[in-house]
Amino acid sequence: MGNKIIELKNISKDYDVRVLNKINLYVNENEFLTLLGPSGCGKTTTLRILGGFEFPTEGDLFFEGKNINNVPPHKRQINTVFQKYALFPHLNIYENIAFGLRIKKTSDAIIKEEVKKMLKLVNLEGFESRNIDSLSGGQQQRIAIARALINKPKVLLLDEPLGALDLKLRKEMQLELKHMQREVGITFVYVTHDQEEALTMSDTVVVMNHGEIQQIGTPVDIYNEPENAFVADFIGESNIIDGVMNEDYLVTFLGRTFKCVDYGFNKNESIHVVLRPEDIVMVPEKEGYLKGTVTSTIFKGVHYEMIVNVGALDILVQSTYQSPVGDRVGLKFTPEDIHIMSKEA
Amino acid sequence: MNKKQKFFAYPYVVWMFIFIVLPIVLVFLYSITTKEVNNIKTINFTLNNYKLFFDPLYIGVTIRSINLALVSTIFCLVLGYPIAFIISKINIKHRNTVLLLFILPMWMNMLLRTYAWMTILGNNGIINNFLNMLGFPSLRLLYNNSAIIIGMVYNFLPFMVLPIYTALSKMDQHLVEASHDLGADNRTTFLRVILPLSLPGVISGIIMVFMPAVSSFVIPRLLGGNRSLYIGTLIENLFLVTGDWNFGSAVAIMMMLIILVSMSILNRFDVDKEGGGSNLW
Amino acid sequence: MVKRNLHKIYMGLIFVFLYAPILVLVTYSFNDSTSRGNWGGFTLKWYIDLFNDRDIKTALYYTVIVAVLAATIATFIGTISAIGLYNFNKTPKSIMVNINYLPVVNPDIVTGLSLMILYLSTNMRLGFLSMLLSHITFDIPFVILAVMPKLKSLNKHLTEAALDLGATPLYALRKVVIPEIMPGIITGFLIAFTLSIDDFVISFFTTGSGVTNLSIVIYSMARRGVKPTINALSTLMLTAVLILLFIINKRSALVDGQKNNGGNY
Repeated sequence: MGNKIIELKNISKDYDVRVLNKINLYVNENEFLTLLGPSGCGKTTTLRILGGFEFPTEGDLFFEGKNINNVPPHKRQINTVFQKYALFPHLNIYENIAFGLRIKKTSDAIIKEEVKKMLKLVNLEGFESRNIDSLSGGQQQRIAIARALINKPKVLLLDEPLGALDLKLRKEMQLELKHMQREVGITFVYVTHDQEEALTMSDTVVVMNHGEIQQIGTPVDIYNEPENAFVADFIGESNIIDGVMNEDYLVTFLGRTFKCVDYGFNKNESIHVVLRPEDIVMVPEKEGYLKGTVTSTIFKGVHYEMIVNVGALDILVQSTYQSPVGDRVGLKFTPEDIHIMSKEA
Repeated sequence: MNKKQKFFAYPYVVWMFIFIVLPIVLVFLYSITTKEVNNIKTINFTLNNYKLFFDPLYIGVTIRSINLALVSTIFCLVLGYPIAFIISKINIKHRNTVLLLFILPMWMNMLLRTYAWMTILGNNGIINNFLNMLGFPSLRLLYNNSAIIIGMVYNFLPFMVLPIYTALSKMDQHLVEASHDLGADNRTTFLRVILPLSLPGVISGIIMVFMPAVSSFVIPRLLGGNRSLYIGTLIENLFLVTGDWNFGSAVAIMMMLIILVSMSILNRFDVDKEGGGSNLW
Repeated sequence: MVKRNLHKIYMGLIFVFLYAPILVLVTYSFNDSTSRGNWGGFTLKWYIDLFNDRDIKTALYYTVIVAVLAATIATFIGTISAIGLYNFNKTPKSIMVNINYLPVVNPDIVTGLSLMILYLSTNMRLGFLSMLLSHITFDIPFVILAVMPKLKSLNKHLTEAALDLGATPLYALRKVVIPEIMPGIITGFLIAFTLSIDDFVISFFTTGSGVTNLSIVIYSMARRGVKPTINALSTLMLTAVLILLFIINKRSALVDGQKNNGGNY
């Protein structure tokens, strides 16, 4: 860790409109970095620029310190796992995986050995002569990974690779991908719109929106200390409430003043307060800091998700106990549960 | 759907029998009987019509026709693949316009399209007039094999381009990117990914050009003159001039066989390529 | 960039190859000189000749009549047969569909001569009726091929829903199925009409006693030698095709527009 393998400096991309605006980002060796954001946020474009399928309108792209702005994809030591796998339908599994080595004119014996190794890595030993359309989505996924990894790339790009899989398979593949990354020891740049996936797998998460980077950090940082309302809202469900920072460690919102752990804002600065639904505790009305009426209750499997109307707005609360609709309840939280974000970011 | 609606098709089943099956059975019947028959009781079976087909004269006609059709098909393929490829690369906004422009001439009557080439290639045609103007002697451009080939390529080129274009434009663009990603340059990507994936289109293109080319009698008649026989003109002659339906039927059956055999060979070729990818390398 | 230009040059040459012959025909249709080499000045006399030409007028009449009748009848038979065939069991269905394919894959000349043999063996006189029957025969398969995919993509529960709501099977067919497969029926009709208008080989074999169509007239004129009236005829036919295409384009643009508007409500 620590060596920058990829660096993007002021990368912008225009089609008819600007889709990427001045992206500055670096990826360390052996890092699992995830680009996270809603569709249209520019994450896939960023990945395609790394892969060489798109060229930046402005800015510079460095790979191991060298500018690779104009290096075509086939000359980059970067391989891609495509969104819908893009396996070659006219080739069987063996030839799909061998594709890159065939191009390099590797000898048959070595190819055979390498393909075998790759199939073992992705747990599909013995699948050599099968057709790709005989595979399930998860299996195709593994073949796509094997096809990329056989070229021993320094960086592997993955474009929403688990998007087409069902939930259970997704969870399995998440663990497996993480495991594979450790085993082969290369850098993964991963694109997803699924925040949970990003938080589970990554060393570093880059949250993007509207072609700009919103926040870069570890999953824990991103979750606990979202830098702005977009990140807070996108990473898990949050209550975002307008408030005023009276002074360090003191914030006012919804007509009450609370202690908090944040500091460093201007006096009386207008800010956003983030309250995670799972941090809020439901208590009898008179014990609550905030009081309101339950307007909806949905059972979510492990917990109930309830909406409590506190007059000015609705607050989302998660609890393992259910309060029926119409109940008057109080809401409680600790100073550590209050996250303050500045409004401009 | 209602199972009773089956009945809707019954009239057409009868129609198919009378107008599709029966005529072909009749052709076959004529091909294996002698000419002298005038009523059903004196019917005489013979294989002489087929024997006659294998006479060097007619085998020559057949080979000449196949040759001509093959050359036309190859020209269509060589000219048409790049056209399909280029059109498939055109920006989506303009692509349909270019495609429309390309097939627009097809909307003109085929006889007229062929006739147009008589005007261009004829002894008094544009090219010769131009040559005369420059002081060169006239060339004999019309009424030979080259004229027939030009006519066929002109008429059948879209049949080659459209299926290839369809195959190319249906192809997942990510496959091309994947190939580049795995280290293939443009040439290698074309040879190892694009070409093999467009093969089904190429094969239907070949079938769609070869079939009318081998059986055409209009183009040889108009551009090839009366000099040499081709399978199409031979059949026309036998039916409409000499009235030898029996031999004519045998030739027609043989032509159908040739087309059937070449189609099944081509289709097998296609399946092979798609099935066992490892043969490709 | 070099490659781009190469592409453009190549496409340019192909378009010259495609359009030069047509342009030549159109130009010569206004040429006041029988020998095609020289330009004898602008004239409309070939057009006047054309309008006074009996053969051509008769041929035009038969071409249009046969195409309209054949396409209409074929569309009707083809549509109901497609619905019927769709409900056949697997094996008979595939046999029928394959027989239906025969006129599509058979060379025209084989279709033409086999029909001729049929008519003459049954002592039928070659003429208008034989030509019309032949056109219907080679039109129907194309209509079926256009309608079948629409039937396949039709929601199977639509008819059931209609029956459930109290419709008789025939009513459901008329009010639910037919409107749903209408685009296929229209396509089928247009294909059938174009094929009939353009057909030469099959008409050539199955017509007789003075009944001709434009293709046959052009063929016999062309064989007798080049006649400037054909140029005039080509120009007119080309114009007709262009107008037709223009109308179709306008119509589909209009339909699209209406669809889009509909979506807003």
